[in-house]
Amino acid sequence: MAELFSLQQIVNGLQLGSIYALIALGYTMVYGIVRLINFAHGDFYMIGAYAAYAAFFLFNAYIAPGNVLVFIVLIVAMLVGAAVAMLSNKFAYKPLRYKPKLSSLVTAIGVSMFIEYFFSAFPPIGPSPRGFPEVLPKVMWTMGSAQVSNYVVIDLVVAAALMTGLTLLVQKSPLGRAMRAVSQDKDAAKLMGINVEGIISFTFLIGGAFAGAAGLLAGLTYPRIMPYMGILPGLKAFIAAVLGGIGNIPGAMLGAYIMGIAETTANAYNSLLGEGIAFVILILVLLVRPTGILGEKTADKI
Amino acid sequence: MGTIKLPRLLIAALIFYVVVTILSLDQVHILNGYFMVIINRSLIFVILAASLNLINGITGQFSLGHMGFAAVGAYVSGTITTLVLKLPAPQPGFWITGPIFIFMIAIVIGGIAAGLVGFLIGFPSLRLKGDYLAIMTLGFGEIIRTILNNIDYVGGPRGLLGIPKFSTFTTITLFTFLIIVLLRNLVQSSHGRAMLSIRENELASELCGIDTTRYKVMGFVIGAFCAGVAGGLLAHLLQLAHPTQYGFLPSALVLIMVYAGGMGSMTGSIFAAFSLTFLTEGLRVAFDNIPSFRIGTMDVRIGTEWVMVIYAILLILIMLFRTEGIMGMREAKLLIIEEKKKK
Repeated sequence: MAELFSLQQIVNGLQLGSIYALIALGYTMVYGIVRLINFAHGDFYMIGAYAAYAAFFLFNAYIAPGNVLVFIVLIVAMLVGAAVAMLSNKFAYKPLRYKPKLSSLVTAIGVSMFIEYFFSAFPPIGPSPRGFPEVLPKVMWTMGSAQVSNYVVIDLVVAAALMTGLTLLVQKSPLGRAMRAVSQDKDAAKLMGINVEGIISFTFLIGGAFAGAAGLLAGLTYPRIMPYMGILPGLKAFIAAVLGGIGNIPGAMLGAYIMGIAETTANAYNSLLGEGIAFVILILVLLVRPTGILGEKTADKI
Repeated sequence: MGTIKLPRLLIAALIFYVVVTILSLDQVHILNGYFMVIINRSLIFVILAASLNLINGITGQFSLGHMGFAAVGAYVSGTITTLVLKLPAPQPGFWITGPIFIFMIAIVIGGIAAGLVGFLIGFPSLRLKGDYLAIMTLGFGEIIRTILNNIDYVGGPRGLLGIPKFSTFTTITLFTFLIIVLLRNLVQSSHGRAMLSIRENELASELCGIDTTRYKVMGFVIGAFCAGVAGGLLAHLLQLAHPTQYGFLPSALVLIMVYAGGMGSMTGSIFAAFSLTFLTEGLRVAFDNIPSFRIGTMDVRIGTEWVMVIYAILLILIMLFRTEGIMGMREAKLLIIEEKKKK
């Protein structure tokens, strides 16, 4: 058995954490703005993986596997993820915006089921798992006691770049200021002349794009994609968002990396524990600090 | 408190039982074995939907792991009858004899085990509201599945096989009837009204002196018990219990029944459980008979896998255009306790 806290586990954990972080950001942003757990978010990630798969075979004829191809595939995955997220918002969530909250939640489950079953029933995709192609040749380096491949570097760099971009967008740009305003108070934001529906749609777009990127990274890292692959990572990314404090963007990143490292470490110890650690974390967070690590306590309005 | 009268419901149940039994006799042969399997399945889903309705519809909580409780019931009762007691497969015309009573006790024990798990899960998590509770129960369902996958004694990922087929139309009808009566009487008692008040406004009902935590846990435990009974019946009907039968998607199916039927209406749950089970089978047969056709160079076959796609679209459409479900909050007269006339 490998040492419990080896450098290798940390590297693997950071890699997994990057994927969780990109999914968790979408969850936390959507929750922050419309107070909806978008159950279909894990499926946007699955769609991103399939879009990357299709884009690879589309462009592989013209461009040799390498960093350029990865970039193009990444763009395609993000575009497709964003498009699906915006469409689901437009057709399923928007009409229910002012109905009871539980009906949106049930609709989200419906959207999730629809995407999963549609993908497994749609003949060109089908229910059986597919191997993800090698988009660029794998190179291994030895770093101390750990083996680091260029895939790890890509995962970390893509996640870091996207997260930096998002933080800048939310903190510095007028659009980000509008997003923060809508998440604080929708009605007041509307009175200030902010196009609330537009901002919500934009939030779904960003969340979907990030989930699509996560799908590509997951395809690279764990090269097996199937229609139901989104359920568990989606759930774990949501737990990561809760751990960091739901609605809080830095919290989602922190929670995702903690979650990734916890999961790989627990997996090295015992595979049952590795599968269950996410839920143990969830129970502990909800019992000890339901607002999450970085979340602020808010009083319920009566 | 006056005595509870149930003649109308009892008569209806007896008529249903007698008619279906006569129609399924070999000499009449209108309902063949295939139909009987569907009817049995729908009755089991009636239990599942009605009990989830108690948690989601009446008490206003949100459980996404209902099949997790069913899994507990299925595995506990299956272990008792198959692995511990090693009961022989039932013989025709056996139903007065010994094993059937042991089977019923095993089903009830399975239900109690599920209720216990419901208590363990419910007590900490019912401090949570809506969204968090949904995730928590979803996570719980996954934990149950993971644990079952890893216990070798009950077959692990292969599932628990070779369970004797004790669930007959008679036993399933009996259990379904008893559970509907139980739920009906509960919902229309003062306890039920306390649960309803939690759904309407938790804070206000707490201010009225209702112990909201107690009633939430009560709803959860009773719902879990019923789901455990249904799980046990299902395992003894299909003669196997398999971890994948109890994941997120089957739980979502039961959820659809509750929301399609109308949240809070038991009539709606029963109606939706029956009609959706029959609809699924009908669509399965219909899709099986669609010949394949060609688009360009590709052979397209509309197969049975599209049934679930239709299901999902149905759920979204019901939510969008009839948020309150088919029945809304209404109940059929049959399910309302008759009040004594005052003179």
